[in-house]
Amino acid sequence: MVVGPGTVSDQGPIAPDPATGADPAKGAAPGKAIEGRSLSRIAWTRLKRDRVAMGGGLVVGFLILVAVFAPWIVDLLGAPPNQFHQDLIDVNTLAPKGGTGISGDHLFGVEPQNGRDIFSRVVYGARISLLIAFLATLLSVLIGSTLGVIAGYFGGWVDSLISRAMDVFLAFPLLVFSIALAGVIPDTAFGLSGDALRIALLIFIIGFFSWPYIGRIVRGQTLSLREREFVDAARSLGARGPYIIFKEMLPNLVAPILVYATLLIPTNILFEAALSFLGVGIRPPTASWGGMLSEAARFYTIWHFMFFPGMAIFITVLAFNLFGDGLRDALDPKGRR
Amino acid sequence: MSEQGDALLKVRGLEKHFPITKGVLRRQVGAVRAVDGIDFEVYRGETLGLVGESGCGKSTTGKLLTRLIEPTGGSIELDGRDIAHLRQGQLRPLRRDMQMIFQDPFSSLNPRHTVGTIVGAPFRIQNVKTEHGVKRAVQDLLKLVGLNPEHYNRYPHEFSGGQRQRIGIARTLALRPKLIVADEPVSALDVSIQAQVVNLLEDLQNEFGLTYVFIAHDLSVVRHISDRVAVMYLGKVVEIADRETLYANPRHPYTVALLSAVPVPDPARRDRAQRNRVLLTGDVPSPINPPSGCRFRTRCWKAQEICATEEPPLVPRLDDPASHQTACHFPVVEGEEVAGRTPATTSA
Ligand SMILES: Nc1ncnc2c1ncn2[C@@H]1O[C@H](COP(=O)(O)OP(=O)(O)OP(=O)(O)O)[C@@H](O)[C@H]1O
Ligand code: SF4
Ligand SMILES: [Mg+2]
Repeated sequence: MVVGPGTVSDQGPIAPDPATGADPAKGAAPGKAIEGRSLSRIAWTRLKRDRVAMGGGLVVGFLILVAVFAPWIVDLLGAPPNQFHQDLIDVNTLAPKGGTGISGDHLFGVEPQNGRDIFSRVVYGARISLLIAFLATLLSVLIGSTLGVIAGYFGGWVDSLISRAMDVFLAFPLLVFSIALAGVIPDTAFGLSGDALRIALLIFIIGFFSWPYIGRIVRGQTLSLREREFVDAARSLGARGPYIIFKEMLPNLVAPILVYATLLIPTNILFEAALSFLGVGIRPPTASWGGMLSEAARFYTIWHFMFFPGMAIFITVLAFNLFGDGLRDALDPKGRR
Repeated sequence: MSEQGDALLKVRGLEKHFPITKGVLRRQVGAVRAVDGIDFEVYRGETLGLVGESGCGKSTTGKLLTRLIEPTGGSIELDGRDIAHLRQGQLRPLRRDMQMIFQDPFSSLNPRHTVGTIVGAPFRIQNVKTEHGVKRAVQDLLKLVGLNPEHYNRYPHEFSGGQRQRIGIARTLALRPKLIVADEPVSALDVSIQAQVVNLLEDLQNEFGLTYVFIAHDLSVVRHISDRVAVMYLGKVVEIADRETLYANPRHPYTVALLSAVPVPDPARRDRAQRNRVLLTGDVPSPINPPSGCRFRTRCWKAQEICATEEPPLVPRLDDPASHQTACHFPVVEGEEVAGRTPATTSA
């Protein structure tokens, strides 16, 4: 432990952080600058020891890899997602021969009636689900954080206006609206068509209507940060609004935004699946988990058709939630229990 | 010590009323009169102690002096220039001259910034060029306040309360201000560490010729460091005097009551102090609707009719020197036996 001149008894490192068990001064050689441990590094240490959250995180990472490398994975382990394999279908019952059609070529079996490979459709479905959920969440984080910071920082009528807008958005009958919208949207719009248009539309609808969840959190955090004395300290040094927002407040807002974004992703995945299930999301024949479930509902006696996309949704949502909860605990240990 | 007549800070009729609004339209239905017309000077190089119970408007006064908030009325002359209603842009260059030390060392340092960033912020915000770079300047400041200069890469949570307060002090010193307003700088610290921080502040004052306004909620803390002491009650200054005079010869009943709450170290005097103990009973009235006349009258044992109708001005009383001012119609005289306790709250 290096001590400076004018050493007094209240100097010296405080007790090592019990959460990490590491001595903050460990390895500090005399005369060398001592590296401090930032809150994010402490949170990372904490997160690494949370087995459940790390499990969730690993699954999330795995799912992202699957989505990104979907074509290669399907090349290796499945058949093209829209290829029919009617030779595997029993023409009388429409069910796959042998019940599921699970084999080395078709890991999850084939669909009834036209015999498409379920494995590759689930893999491609992950692409759609994650793409829409991520981008929709990104959109709501952008809108929510911006408006939340503005409401919390400026207060007054600006805050009233934004807060009321959030109430309106949260009370909006979104499902009904999406069903109606899907009906009136033409096949080509905004220079997009087909799947690209549907995906863009879903991202926009989901993102635009879920920003108040992020907005409320950010507004509340900004309100409480504004009362912290370090903001007054910056102000008394002559700092302007942008400096206070970006340099003093934003670093403290990153953690809550990250946590609630992680928790918003599974909600958005479920919402996309629901819309596709109802037929207003991704249109067949493009594979999506919700769409597969909707088709499987017609063949409810053939268990594996419903099981694999259902499990995909379940595992994905669970993994994101476990990871998000762990992240929240790691970043805000006081909020735990 | 105070060079009377050379005031760095001159406060006249300073007021801060926080509006109370109601409904969606934010109609104003009243005001919290947190600071309600106060006058005082702070002389160059001295320490003015500002003392009063919780909620009497000390922090508000401090924030007014450093212009973190804009006064409702009155003037604040810093170095002969009225800064009471300057806009933020006009204030920016003047901010180098006045700084504030905050009460809560856990809330006054941004948990996401390193000590280097925190103490270096004044240079960056004010765009001040340092001779050997910001890092060197920060390390010099850390040395100055008795911290290890190698700790500039550390984060606030890695320090104790006393060390954090030193970091805050280093930050206020960065721009070499003339005036430092310290808002209860030690009340969040362990008693054993309080003295060290107060001593540090005194050393720095001697070294750099700083002028302090030192806010505290009891008279024992400011006794050591203050040259003069102002006592506040419910948004008003009720008594102001040199330290020796105030402690030896308090005039205002409220000051007497505050002093009797201060533990007396000398056993010979403790006996008399025990007999003359005044217990402050009853609650502090609300600053939204303060009592008429003298604000202390609801808790004062000397109150008479005139106290309810006429507000006592802050002026020298009896044969006191001009520097000892008291706002009371019936000031306590030396040797007077004070009543055992103040009356329980009478109706306002
Ligand atoms: N921003 C504000 N809006 C409304 N009322 C306020 C505001 N700030 C302070 N007040 C009120 O003004 C009065 C004085 O507050 P102030 O913080 O100055 O007291 P204080 O003497 O510093 O007390 P303490 O010892 O508790 O710090 C209190 O009644 C408080 O509730
Ligand atoms: S003016 Fe009257 S009520 Fe006020 S302190 Fe003096 S004696 Fe008490
Ligand atoms: Mg205060």
